[in-house]
Amino acid sequence: MTIREIAERIDAVVYAEPEQMDEDLTGAFGSDMMSDVLAFAEDRDVLLTGLLNPQIVRTAHMLDMSCIIIVRGKTATEEIKRLAAENEIALLETKLTMYEACGKLYEGGLGR
Amino acid sequence: MTVSSDALHFHYDVDGNNFTSAGEASVQVKRMLRQMGYHPDLIRRISVAMYEGEINMVIHAKGGDADVYVTPDCITVILKDVGPGIKDVNLAMQEGYSTAPDNIRSLGFGAGMGLPNMKRYSDELKIDSVVGVGTTIEMTFRSA
Ligand SMILES: Nc1ncnc2c1ncn2[C@@H]1O[C@H](COP(=O)(O)OP(=O)(O)O)[C@@H](O)[C@H]1O
Ligand SMILES: [Mg+2]
Repeated sequence: MTIREIAERIDAVVYAEPEQMDEDLTGAFGSDMMSDVLAFAEDRDVLLTGLLNPQIVRTAHMLDMSCIIIVRGKTATEEIKRLAAENEIALLETKLTMYEACGKLYEGGLGR
Repeated sequence: MTVSSDALHFHYDVDGNNFTSAGEASVQVKRMLRQMGYHPDLIRRISVAMYEGEINMVIHAKGGDADVYVTPDCITVILKDVGPGIKDVNLAMQEGYSTAPDNIRSLGFGAGMGLPNMKRYSDELKIDSVVGVGTTIEMTFRSA
């Protein structure tokens, strides 16, 4: 699934470079615990989280993930946006809850 | 430590008073290893393990020193702090064991998966810890 398609499915605001929009992303992992992401999300491209601090970007970067989706209507801080751009990680914001966002993306075939 | 004398050496100070910047050393190491052309899977193992260790130094100790030694086929990461030390290393190695306070958990860490992850992602993990003195963790990664 591409970032363009993900953004459509979960009605997300996107912070990304144009060339990132059509990259094909495969797996996803959703958690507010970065410890669990680091333990269980090897070989996934997308991180869904309701946590809002710079460690979400570092965690995604360490795991070579290329997309972070912030759920529950939170908005990324300038620092989070800057760090994500610096590391070529696309950033999305959705008003949906974790459960709804994961459900819609799974239903659409992401990580299935 | 058994690092060859022709290894490249990189040093980083890990600031124990700043959770926001925790992980910056691991970010720099990841960039450097990419520039050097190591395999992405090896780089991911190293960066995740080092990041866990760096976070631990910030949340459990008072920061410390990170030293990375690089040769073509072996990368060694040494994390040294003068924090409280680990009373029971075997217990600390168990998945889910954590003494992290709730405020750390609300920052996304403290699930007790850090040390088990460091063991899983490294080829060798040595923990040298003395209560009241500090902790030194040495991780070795082989590129073969
Ligand atoms: N550098 C350190 N200094 C002191 N104690 C540590 C250090 N690293 C780990 N520990 C202890 O080992 C426990 C387990 O560590 P870890 O598996 O990383 O889990 P977590 O960091 O989520 O608590 C910690 O809760 C802490 O008690
Ligand atoms: Mg830890």
